[in-house]
Amino acid sequence: MTSVSIQNLDLNFGSVNVLKQLNLSIEEGEFLVLLGASGCGKSTLLNCIAGLLDVSDGQIFINGKNVTWAEPSDRGIGMVFQSYALYPQMTVKGNLSFGLKNARLPKPEIEERVARAAEILQIEPLLDRKPGALSGGQRQRVAIGRALVRDVDVFLFDEPLSNLDAKLRAELRVEIKRLHQKLGNTMIYVTHDQVEAMTLADRIAIMRDGLVQQLAGPDEIYNRPANKYVADFIGSPAMNFFEGQAKKDGTINIGNLDVDLKGYEFADGPVNGPVWFGYRPEHVVLGEAARQLPLCVEAVADIVEPMGSDTLIWTKIEGVDFRIRTDGQAKVAAGDPLLVGMDPRYASIFDQQTEERV
Amino acid sequence: MANNSINIAATAVSGPSGPKPRPLLSPRNIMIYSTLFIVCMYYALPLYVMIVTSLKGMPEIRLGNIFAPPVEITFQPWVKAWAEACTGLDCSGLSKGFWNSVKILIPSAALSILIASINGYALANWKFKGSEVFFTILIFGAFVPYQVIIYPIVIILRELGLFGKLPGLVLVHVIFGMPILTLLFRNYFTSLPEELFKAARVDGAGFWGIYFRIMVPMSLPIFVVALILQVTGIWNDFLFGVIYTKPENYPMTVQLNNIVNSVQGVKEYNVNMAATMLTGIVPLIIYFASGKLFVRGIAAGAVKG
Ligand SMILES: Nc1ncnc2c1ncn2[C@@H]1O[C@H](COP(=O)(O)OP(=O)(O)OP(=O)(O)O)[C@@H](O)[C@H]1O
Ligand SMILES: [Mg+2]
Repeated sequence: MTSVSIQNLDLNFGSVNVLKQLNLSIEEGEFLVLLGASGCGKSTLLNCIAGLLDVSDGQIFINGKNVTWAEPSDRGIGMVFQSYALYPQMTVKGNLSFGLKNARLPKPEIEERVARAAEILQIEPLLDRKPGALSGGQRQRVAIGRALVRDVDVFLFDEPLSNLDAKLRAELRVEIKRLHQKLGNTMIYVTHDQVEAMTLADRIAIMRDGLVQQLAGPDEIYNRPANKYVADFIGSPAMNFFEGQAKKDGTINIGNLDVDLKGYEFADGPVNGPVWFGYRPEHVVLGEAARQLPLCVEAVADIVEPMGSDTLIWTKIEGVDFRIRTDGQAKVAAGDPLLVGMDPRYASIFDQQTEERV
Repeated sequence: MANNSINIAATAVSGPSGPKPRPLLSPRNIMIYSTLFIVCMYYALPLYVMIVTSLKGMPEIRLGNIFAPPVEITFQPWVKAWAEACTGLDCSGLSKGFWNSVKILIPSAALSILIASINGYALANWKFKGSEVFFTILIFGAFVPYQVIIYPIVIILRELGLFGKLPGLVLVHVIFGMPILTLLFRNYFTSLPEELFKAARVDGAGFWGIYFRIMVPMSLPIFVVALILQVTGIWNDFLFGVIYTKPENYPMTVQLNNIVNSVQGVKEYNVNMAATMLTGIVPLIIYFASGKLFVRGIAAGAVKG
């Protein structure tokens, strides 16, 4: 069953067209991550779903009900904000129960729900404190609790972890995942952190300029990006790109190299014409093993960045900057000769005109 | 190697370490403190003269040494200023004016702050079609010179049947306080994080719920600023008081003027000084009671406004 469905959504700020005929449908219990560069309209979309912004055109359905004109509190959503947005003058308990009091729930029920949420999020000892006396992680937990007590079907998160330091972010990320497994609610989660997106999502929607570029599972997004933008956006360090000429016989010409694309899954058969040949830094094979691969070139390491768990090597191939990610134990120094191998099976090839995957 | 590090430690002890010493009589300090002293004297001396004079009897004042402390302290001038000084035929002192002022001040300040804060909140958070235009027009009101509208207001109050009565004056004060107070509140509310407002809406709070439960409790400093502005402004008002009320409703400032400027008999400087200080006491108390909050509120408004 569909939990949230957005149909032909348009949103303008004056003359600025932020969301353009956006369609999206989210299954019940699904964890959907909205991922995109800053300013692409993620928060705007979330605010539209929450009812905090009036849409310019289109419809929003939540649980089969048309809520396009409904008040935020009547939509069956709970929202968690980046800046926590806790009411500073109320205690944690006051924060959690504010929405329930507004809904005129009986007191015992309020108590019970607050207690349950506090238990799930392990904030029981904090209930009588003011938000000012909490750490960042605790505040964000309370903010999640405020959505939790409302017993809603859909959770909306707007970059809930981006104000936290890296370690805490990793911890809370796991907690959110656990929470989702436990509650089974639909969750829509905005972030521009790829790791969060890849680890949390059932499906990821990559947004750009108010349009969804690709909506698919993390695996598909990573391995088969639908266009060059998605390919470039996902992955760190970013994918390497070569300009090339594809031929109908399933080969590609990159500078002086002719490569047989054996193993590459074309969308509909081999193509002819100018293309981008994309290859992820972590899929590069170094050393003697590279000789087995259809694409094997010699290069020299320019810069080496050891990062502990892995090593980044910068080099130049066919005049293009080329990034390689390899084992952290690899003993490579700047100036060392490299044998670089690429397997077309892991490549992504995009039409130069449309930038779509071929 | 080990030797080397010991050497470094030794030089560190002999070189500059800890806070840099600042000589007390540096040119900078002399400049700052002498300026402060002069400014301080500029304000404190007249106050000193007023206090000593108000505590002297008339014979002592006639000696003419205004800086000398009172030989014989007497509170008689204060009592006279409060309860017996004459304005024309009425000899009940400032007390009547004081209570008139209180009756004007409390409803004027309360109403203007209440209305302006709601205005500011609506303009900051519940933007409606034309809200910007509305705000611009309101702000424009702050620049209209009083003189231009004195007479039209006389007519309006007369038509409303409020001319010469306290409610009429209260109405005038509320209206005149509106532009600047609305601006103050709107700027403050816009500076509060927007996500709080959104969170409250998701939590099902409405216009009034958000105002009373979220916004007001977070805005104490700005309410204090507004209170001080209004209390001093309304208490010190002379023009509106003299124009829109009748003698029996005159606020304290008007009465003070009448006492000080009365031409009959000898000038009783001690009574005049006492009366002046009595008139200034309410704003003074407000300043002292809320000075810290006032500064905080002004700073908050200024930084994020
Ligand atoms: N009130 C507004 N008036 C005009 N334009 C706005 C307004 N709010 C947002 N925008 C514009 O809409 C676009 C999308 O904004 P939005 O906040 O949705 O971005 P985002 O994807 O959430 O970015 P970020 O990752 O930085 O939070 C931006 O270009 C922004 O400038
Ligand atoms: Mg955003």
